[in-house]
Amino acid sequence: MSEIPSELMYTKSHEWVRLESDGTATIGITDHAQELLGDLVFVELPEVGSDLAAGDACCVVESVKAASDVYMPITGEIIEVNDMLVDEPETINDSAFDDGWLFRVQPSSEVEFDDLLDADTYEAEIAD
Amino acid sequence: MSQKTVLYDKHVEYGGKMVDFAGWQMPVNYGSQMEEHHQVRQDAGMFDVSHMTIVDLKGERVREFLRYLLANDVNKLKEPGKALYSCMLREDGGVIDDLIVYYMNDGWYRMVVNAGTHDKDMAWINKQAPAFGVEVDERASVAMIAVQGPKAIEKAIQVLPLDVVEAVTDMRRFFGVDCGEWFVGRTGYTGEDGFEIMLPESEAPALWDKLAHAGVKPCGLGARDTLRLEAGMNLYGSDMTEETSPLVSGLGWTIAWEPQDRDFIGRAAIEQEREQGVKQKIVGLILEERGVLRGHQKVVVENIGEGEITSGTFSPTLKQSIALARVPAETGDTCQVDIRGKLLNARVVKPVFVRDGQAV
Repeated sequence: MSEIPSELMYTKSHEWVRLESDGTATIGITDHAQELLGDLVFVELPEVGSDLAAGDACCVVESVKAASDVYMPITGEIIEVNDMLVDEPETINDSAFDDGWLFRVQPSSEVEFDDLLDADTYEAEIAD
Repeated sequence: MSQKTVLYDKHVEYGGKMVDFAGWQMPVNYGSQMEEHHQVRQDAGMFDVSHMTIVDLKGERVREFLRYLLANDVNKLKEPGKALYSCMLREDGGVIDDLIVYYMNDGWYRMVVNAGTHDKDMAWINKQAPAFGVEVDERASVAMIAVQGPKAIEKAIQVLPLDVVEAVTDMRRFFGVDCGEWFVGRTGYTGEDGFEIMLPESEAPALWDKLAHAGVKPCGLGARDTLRLEAGMNLYGSDMTEETSPLVSGLGWTIAWEPQDRDFIGRAAIEQEREQGVKQKIVGLILEERGVLRGHQKVVVENIGEGEITSGTFSPTLKQSIALARVPAETGDTCQVDIRGKLLNARVVKPVFVRDGQAV
């Protein structure tokens, strides 16, 4: 059973979002997503400074098995990316919700947070 | 409706993540594809390959039949047990399947063909066989376990029945031996030494447990694919199909052109292709930048033309991405691959990357 921290928000496409105290949002893929993908070997991160809309494909994570797009859960500007993943993409397998974060966003509107799923809803979503 | 091999319950018990493969419920991995890959390169792993099709061909004219059916020549097989890799072609030279055939005796050959091509293979073989009076016997109730890796044989003989151990002792590579209800080939699809063990279905789950107890770890289809690709072995349906001839699929070496008077199915078509000049070839690619090569990505060869990746992956042994690609025959040492709109540099190499645990 994969881990689903209750303090985070989620998307149906298996991204997680953590709202930080400074109003920015940290984004990654869920433990369930990394389990589905298997051993990660490559991450293509978005460019810092790019403005992206919710739903945009912004990042690619590839396992030995397959490539998968990561979608922007919310609209905003990319303000930081987790460069460590370039050399150590397997960090996502080991720590999807923590060291394996992908990028940070300055949200353009807070309204969209209402569209995200809470932990219970996401858990129901991925249940067989 | 997916079929299950007799080892299905074992896969579930050992934590296998089951997926549909060619109409069979098979384990893609038991946790980590990467660990299973290294296990086979460095120690010993086992694969359930019971979904593959085993066909016994018997009759007085069975050799003559196979010399007509296959592009390689079973006349090369002089010693009982010796195995041969061959393509089975259509009249137009397209590849129906690739297979292994073992010479058992003058009236009996055993063939192993792919699971995904079962129906069309059996239809084709059954269509050709009557003219030669050959009896086609599909051995559906036989299970098959491939035990592969540098320590595979050492570990397997600890748990095989004594008569089987005696039969396989000193058996050379690419031979097989019939041990009554069991059959063991020193063959595989990983680039490592090992056995492919055929045995009655009823005995397979117990052997699986014994092998696991001896330190042979269960491995899934995921690792099987990265291992075969590192070894430069073709995968039917990806690297060759009915639409491609063996000459543009890196399989020219499997065609026995001599003797010239041997008539085999597809001969006229591929002879004509050879005379007109073969336009493409299969090469190995090593990506020189970060990224992962995948099947169907476009290959760009400057000033020459374009090609396509037929199989690509991340190589756990080389820690770089590798691929097999069909490219123009004139392709030299370098090319570029279009990955999501970006052209990345790749080195063109012979299509074999790893053998017996070592980078080639």
